[in-house]
Amino acid sequence: MKKLLLLGDEAIAQGGLDAGISGIYAYPGTPSTEIMEYVQGSSEAAERNIQREWSANEKTALEASLGLAYTGKRAMVCMKHVGLNVAADPFMNSALTGVNGGLVIVVADDPSMHSSQNEQDSRYYGKFALIPVLEPSNQQEAYDMTYAGFDLSEKYKIPVMLRITTRLSHSRAGIKTKEKKREKKLVLPEDPGQFILLPTFARIRYKGLLALQPNLRKEAEESPFNVYFDGKDRSFGIIACGIAYNYVMENYPDRIIPYPLLKISQYPFPVEMIRKITETCTAVLVLEDGYPFLEEMLIGLQKKGIPVKGRLDGTIPRDGELNPNIVSDALGIGYEKGKPVPGLVTNRPPALCKGCSHADLFTALNETLRKYKPGRVFSDIGCYTLGALPPFNSINTCVDMGASVTMAIGAADAGLIPSIAVIGDSTFTHSGMTGLLDAVNKNSPVTIIISDNSTTGMTGGQKSSATGRLESICTGIGVNPAHVRVLNPLRKEHETNVAIIKEEIEYRGVSVVIAQRECIQTAARRKRKAKQK
Amino acid sequence: MKKDIILAGVGGQGILTIAASIGLAALEENLELKQAEVHGMSQRGGAVQSHLRISDKDIASDLIPLGKADLVLSVEPLESLRYLPYLCPDGWLVTNSTPFVNIPDYPEMEDIRREIQKIQHHLIVDADRISKDIGSTRSSNIVMLGAASSFIGLETSLFEAGIDRIFRGKGEAVVRMNIRAFQAGREYVEMKLSGKSKSYNNSAG
Repeated sequence: MKKLLLLGDEAIAQGGLDAGISGIYAYPGTPSTEIMEYVQGSSEAAERNIQREWSANEKTALEASLGLAYTGKRAMVCMKHVGLNVAADPFMNSALTGVNGGLVIVVADDPSMHSSQNEQDSRYYGKFALIPVLEPSNQQEAYDMTYAGFDLSEKYKIPVMLRITTRLSHSRAGIKTKEKKREKKLVLPEDPGQFILLPTFARIRYKGLLALQPNLRKEAEESPFNVYFDGKDRSFGIIACGIAYNYVMENYPDRIIPYPLLKISQYPFPVEMIRKITETCTAVLVLEDGYPFLEEMLIGLQKKGIPVKGRLDGTIPRDGELNPNIVSDALGIGYEKGKPVPGLVTNRPPALCKGCSHADLFTALNETLRKYKPGRVFSDIGCYTLGALPPFNSINTCVDMGASVTMAIGAADAGLIPSIAVIGDSTFTHSGMTGLLDAVNKNSPVTIIISDNSTTGMTGGQKSSATGRLESICTGIGVNPAHVRVLNPLRKEHETNVAIIKEEIEYRGVSVVIAQRECIQTAARRKRKAKQK
Repeated sequence: MKKDIILAGVGGQGILTIAASIGLAALEENLELKQAEVHGMSQRGGAVQSHLRISDKDIASDLIPLGKADLVLSVEPLESLRYLPYLCPDGWLVTNSTPFVNIPDYPEMEDIRREIQKIQHHLIVDADRISKDIGSTRSSNIVMLGAASSFIGLETSLFEAGIDRIFRGKGEAVVRMNIRAFQAGREYVEMKLSGKSKSYNNSAG
């Protein structure tokens, strides 16, 4: 059979399709977006008519996937690492309810923050929730682990997390696929109390989850994804988690490794395997992409074991993703760089596209705010966050999805008036609407500017939840219709737009300005498609 | 057989299309392949790169180690210099000559050219002119693929099969145009190398 050339993300999607999922849920977020996009583009998914619509946010996505798994069918939900913060409530509790059909929760971490606000390591969440975590080292394992993850989930009736990092999400390789499984039939849970987390039930469920732990550890000890390779030179042992394994291999072109090596790709930690390597070797190097999760546990507070090298003793940088060179240094092999980058090579940071509606909005906003001191524009996550950089320097915050609205409220509470939020349409429906309700309830003197390009732009132009309905949503939440203003962010409308923003900033109550013009990228794509037809 | 290639450019210039063409060519030959891309924020007009590795043996890392790239193929001259630490001592740097100026402090083109000329094996290709000459201004990235193809070590027919698979959905005319762009790039470099076998340092274009 010919191999498929797939991104790590796409391999996960194909693994889910072949394992017989009946639905996939997600909100776009780099580096996880391509999982859902692959399913949306799949003719097989269309024929089977599996659920593949974007959700409003990661919390709604995870809850819907849990609902699907409640019915005995197989469900997948995908998000970036910070998306799991949004979905943390149902995530933690899904470990207690457990599932009926298989549920694989895919979380894509972004060490080095290529496209994120932090580099949190989702394996902690897996341990926190007491569920198994699978961490593939390559694209084939990404496929195989997704496929196997559903069986593991159904065997113990709990959700399984699949953790990947950016490098694997966005790297392609050839994939061998497995036999396609049929979708499961709709069968409701045997125990009618399973999903009712009233304290009396929840205590029982929690004891059950705790009782499972030895079995889950045994699964990890016996997992084909965790492998112990012996080595002759026992002065040193290597533990490589997930993709770190590849970087070790890269440094031994003949693939003969002199030291004992433990590859870890399934959690909870295979404790016996780890003890074996620490008892065999006189020192150990821990390689993990993300936080020093295992390393810290291995050292412990008592510091009684063998020396542990890794991110905490400076063998490896404390932050940022691993690469073959960092690992090469840690292994004491070293490498020779090519020529240095010439001094004239300047940075080329990302920028708003030519003709972008956000740019015209920022130009108008800057002019409106010229008479005030800077520091009063709270913003959010999206392409428009680039408004923080020159030439605009328009925004002063970017924290998490929806925080523009609520931080503006808090600042206004402190007396910073006017206080302005700039948020995109998709971010607004993800997590901005509830903040707007807070503002309405106390008639906060804030101006919420929704820069509505009618798409989820930064992640590549996915459907935005409420395109065309923002005005009615805002008035529905309770904003006075006289203060829900729509403007067209175009250079030729500049004077009008400045006047509208000025009026609303001077109004001492909640106002919403919707700056509505389609994303230049999606508009161009739409026109090209129309032309082809 | 083993080739490690860094593809460089600015978000939106089509380096992923080049990567996919090489990738599909390698698959035709049943070679192992890994190709790491940049998605997300940097795609908005920022510096982007792709690590492409092909081999007849298994490939471990998705990233090419520093000093190990056989080829830096860039569709923009300034970007070609950003990845020099990856280039191995006898590796090739092949770049388009047309600057993409979207930053205020873009260096002088003459200075960039001088830096490129310090690399022992380099080729500067006026891919924009070549693509204009053949009447397909949007194919300069495929001209660059053609220009670099002789350093990749795969048969021309394999690249053409890859290009065919990528552009097939856009119609026969688009496929033909891109194959022509590929050939024009390849012919240009072959001529350049055979004509001046000892003076690669003379920049073309």
